[in-house]
Amino acid sequence: MTQAKEFSLAELMAVATSEAWRGNGEVLASGITPIPRIGASLAKMTHSPELLMTDSEAYLVEDPIPLGPRGDYVPKFSGSLNFSRVFDVVWRGKRHAMIGPVQIDRWGQSNLSMIGPDFHKPKVQQLGVRGLPGNSINHINSYFAPNHTSRLFVEGEVDMVGGVGYNPARRAPGTKQDFVDLRLIVTNLCVMDFGGREHAIRVTSLHPGVTFEEVQAATGFPLLRVDNLGDTPGPTEEQLAIIRHLDPHNIRASILKDNPPGIRPAQ
Amino acid sequence: MNKFMTAADMVAQLKSGMTIGVGGWGPRRKPMALIREIVRSDLKDLTVVAYGGADIGMLCAAGKVKKAVYGFVSLDAIPVEPYFRKSRQAGAVEVCEVDEGNLLIGLRAAGQRLPFLPTRVGLGTDVMKYNPDFKTVTSPYADGEVFLAMPALNLDVALVHADRGDKLGNTQTEGPDTYFDDVFARAAEKTFVSCEEVYDRLDHSHPEGAKNNLFERYLVAGIIHAPFGAHPSSYPARYGWDMDHFKKYAASAGEENGWANYVSEFIAGGEEAYLEKVGGAERVSRLKPPVF
Repeated sequence: MTQAKEFSLAELMAVATSEAWRGNGEVLASGITPIPRIGASLAKMTHSPELLMTDSEAYLVEDPIPLGPRGDYVPKFSGSLNFSRVFDVVWRGKRHAMIGPVQIDRWGQSNLSMIGPDFHKPKVQQLGVRGLPGNSINHINSYFAPNHTSRLFVEGEVDMVGGVGYNPARRAPGTKQDFVDLRLIVTNLCVMDFGGREHAIRVTSLHPGVTFEEVQAATGFPLLRVDNLGDTPGPTEEQLAIIRHLDPHNIRASILKDNPPGIRPAQ
Repeated sequence: MNKFMTAADMVAQLKSGMTIGVGGWGPRRKPMALIREIVRSDLKDLTVVAYGGADIGMLCAAGKVKKAVYGFVSLDAIPVEPYFRKSRQAGAVEVCEVDEGNLLIGLRAAGQRLPFLPTRVGLGTDVMKYNPDFKTVTSPYADGEVFLAMPALNLDVALVHADRGDKLGNTQTEGPDTYFDDVFARAAEKTFVSCEEVYDRLDHSHPEGAKNNLFERYLVAGIIHAPFGAHPSSYPARYGWDMDHFKKYAASAGEENGWANYVSEFIAGGEEAYLEKVGGAERVSRLKPPVF
């Protein structure tokens, strides 16, 4: 395995997201939006072949499908996973999804619904809670944040709690939240997890050239840092080759503003 | 027994204030010809229950919606339905926003004639806060766990779009995913099905398609012939969604008199004129399904 010398930040993030699915066992890997999808596919094609994946519509596949127009590529289906069966998978807990909410708070609660102080008259209507309540209380979840800011990582609670986190004030007596399992947050600045006391969010690695202070300044709540905080590993040449296979149209280059390099040039 | 009717006959059976469930999912296989007929009608104060797309959006734009019940309202490539966003940001519609799974559970409860079904989905979130009528229930067994008692979503009417239907009310629905059309039909007092093709007897003309029958004909009150009736949403077994049309529709939401102009250009003239306006049968049948 040879470390690549040149790679984009998007490629580094794809590798970082793939780590979320390591050792999860036979679960459905749902990477929503291009970089997490490349990451999930990379995980299945390298360290975790036992993962289940779909064609993003209705069928299971054993060979992850490259993104975008397929040319001569014909997907080979191994089973059915239509919307109805997705709920069966979710409620059985056999899934790890990585999504990009519009707000995340210090408890890991997430919001895809709306922005503003009044739910009944949103400042900005977003998608709705979608599957967040059901996903978050049933299976493993991770977050993807292509633009790490304090508008995303908010100071207080998110405006509309759609995804359950680790906020003790939100836990009603007698309810069971044992299946809430938040793993990684991969952003354009760093990787974080929920490994602090009472699941507090910690920075576990910084993308090359980023400082902890910069991450903290872009976050609305205090962050912990792991001992010996180091750089997020870039891709190996082998991983880069797989990423190019998975994304032949280079959609990954359009996700981050100006498609920055993985190693930030000295200022 | 003859369940063939027109969309206008269907509208004549609806009343203002009814609760209407709509099949399909986001921009996929929505009974849009039936939605357009409701837009043309003087119905109002509807409660609309759906995995929402342009169905909820258009009915909001037309001022038909008192309350929307949904997990999302999206056109996928256009993430937030433009007229739904507009209505919400104006505070113009009541909402019951729930997890996609809560919708399924509530519809299943209705179909089984139960007042509720227990679930963990929704607990710990603002779904509970913004639906103050939702109550919890405690397991009577040793575990004693507390669940959301997801209330039944009883529908007066369900509207779905299918491949083919017959005079008796039998239907067949093809494609890799049939979404939750069967669950909507079971939750409703009456289901109206718009169909790409109609036949006297599907057992005579298409017996090989019997396994694609999603729900029994006793649920079906009307079969409406509506070729390309899902447009601009997709019918994955037949045609893709019309993103050019959706873009134009979305743009109209930002224009002065945008909705009125959209209605007069596309909806007011009836379904035959609609199909011509959007490029005709040949163009719609060539719309490619999306690739992800």
